[in-house]
Amino acid sequence: MGAILRKAFPGLILLTLVLFPLVGDRFYIQFASKILLMIIFVSSLNLLVGFTGLVSLGHAAFFGFSGYVLALLSPPDSAMNFFIALLASILTVGALGAIFGALVLRTKGIFFIMSTLALGEMLFYFLHDTNLAGGSDGMYINTRPNLSFFDWWQLDLANVVHFYYLVLILVCAVLLVIRKIIYSPFGRVLAGIRINEHRTKALGYNTYKFKLVCFVIASMIAAISGFLAAVQFGVVNPEMVGWHVSGHALMMVILGGKGTLLGPVLGTTALMLVEEGFQMVTKHWQLLTGGVIVLVALFFPNGLVGLKFLKKRP
Amino acid sequence: MDAVTFFIQTMNGIQYGLLLFLVASGLTLIFGIMGVINIAHGSFYMIGAYLAWSLMGWLGNFWLGLFVGIVVAFLLGLILEWLFIRFLYDRDHLQQVLVTYGLILIFSELRSVIWGDDVHSVAIPALLDGSIQLTDNLAYPVYRLWLSGICVVIAILMFLGIQHTRLGMMIRAGESDREMTKALGINIGLVYRFIFALGVSLAAFSGMIAAPISSIFPGMGGQILIVSFVVVVIGGLGSIKGAMVAALLVGLIDTFGKVMTLNIFGVNIFPEMAGMSIFTLMAVILLFRPQGIFGKEY
Repeated sequence: MGAILRKAFPGLILLTLVLFPLVGDRFYIQFASKILLMIIFVSSLNLLVGFTGLVSLGHAAFFGFSGYVLALLSPPDSAMNFFIALLASILTVGALGAIFGALVLRTKGIFFIMSTLALGEMLFYFLHDTNLAGGSDGMYINTRPNLSFFDWWQLDLANVVHFYYLVLILVCAVLLVIRKIIYSPFGRVLAGIRINEHRTKALGYNTYKFKLVCFVIASMIAAISGFLAAVQFGVVNPEMVGWHVSGHALMMVILGGKGTLLGPVLGTTALMLVEEGFQMVTKHWQLLTGGVIVLVALFFPNGLVGLKFLKKRP
Repeated sequence: MDAVTFFIQTMNGIQYGLLLFLVASGLTLIFGIMGVINIAHGSFYMIGAYLAWSLMGWLGNFWLGLFVGIVVAFLLGLILEWLFIRFLYDRDHLQQVLVTYGLILIFSELRSVIWGDDVHSVAIPALLDGSIQLTDNLAYPVYRLWLSGICVVIAILMFLGIQHTRLGMMIRAGESDREMTKALGINIGLVYRFIFALGVSLAAFSGMIAAPISSIFPGMGGQILIVSFVVVVIGGLGSIKGAMVAALLVGLIDTFGKVMTLNIFGVNIFPEMAGMSIFTLMAVILLFRPQGIFGKEY
């Protein structure tokens, strides 16, 4: 029974998600899109933290900056081509990821944590203090990008249901890509780096290069998520690159179970639902969130995936 | 910029640097000796400042408030170590980051419950409320001089304490071999608890003495934490000497970045991008000396 359930589990979730807009309320569809796009972001962080063993506290830099690229590129009164805008965001953020990665990967362990945090905050102050991108108020994206396939089929990104399906497709695509990566020879080297970097180096792998490529890929996947967030809310602000976003994403990775494909899906959904619940209960909901984070980190370091029938590691 | 202004700004930079040293040294002590990365360190700075605000209001005396504040912070450190931190010694950095991140959220929300979200200020004590006249219209406040002085005194005490006392010897022993120190009959758990409480009090004390010259606001903990991280990365982790040099460097660069004006190709570099200057310095250090100026090769 357990084995069948485990095999059918992803399919069941997917089916539920596909059918959800048919029954869901507008607010909940919007909330579900928010969770789905966060899953992309958390999965990209999991690629670093869970699969390669690089604990980054500055991953939000790529999430937020991607939104900024869209905001800066968007003409004030007309729509931009969706694919061009997305590609531009991914490539720009990838370049930023290469620069940041080249610097921070020179450090290890605790230094890596501190320097990723510091570089992320550098971007925050850059966006916050200068007037290049709206300063502390951020920027509005007045017209959402235009997503059409040669004029015969058009998605309206302002439409909640259309946007939901777009995000759902991208989540699946990203998870498949990450799966492909971790089972590839490249992914095995990343696992080797996580388990014992010295030994991997001794086997003749240039671990710095592998880590850098992984860092850039993770930043580009984070860019997809930040892009979608900017499209959904129509606004970007410096807080999107701030370290609280990174910290929360890290929490979601752990809550779900680091180093698994399903972990970020479960962790993101669980934490966002729980926080939504807390927000209904009290104004000081962060107190409860903080408590949950402390308890999970102390007592459930393997996350939800470590529980029950979901226990299977790739 | 004339000579007197330059002098004043240099003094301000050194004073800011010394304050940063107090905060960063707590961080580097806790990591260097206990191997715990404590990202809630900035929260203690923030708590210190708010404590100063209420204690000095209730007691009506700066010095008494300072004393009670330190005692409260030390007790808080002892309790936190007992409740959370002692479980983190054999855990990986990821769990340490998460537990202390959770503590940040808790403290920031408790602050909001207890003190609200307003910006406050603390009056400079009457004893130090004066200034030294430098020229006809430029003066330097006595309080800032006192602040720099007290930071230097604490730095010297810390150095002497670690190098020349019995407790310092236990600390250094615990740093190099925890198990062996235990086998020699030293209660290393107690030493760690003391170190953590000391780090918390250092951060809180910095917040308290900084309160009269900077406003007290909710986000102050996060801000000082990030700058302390920069200091530690530049100076080298676990190195008190490195923390001192890096803190002074960061203090001076940050201060001058904010008062200078520099314009390259029509783009205002300073003061607009002053917030970024210390991060740029950190990036350069990472590029050429990733272990920090005084860090050991790893």
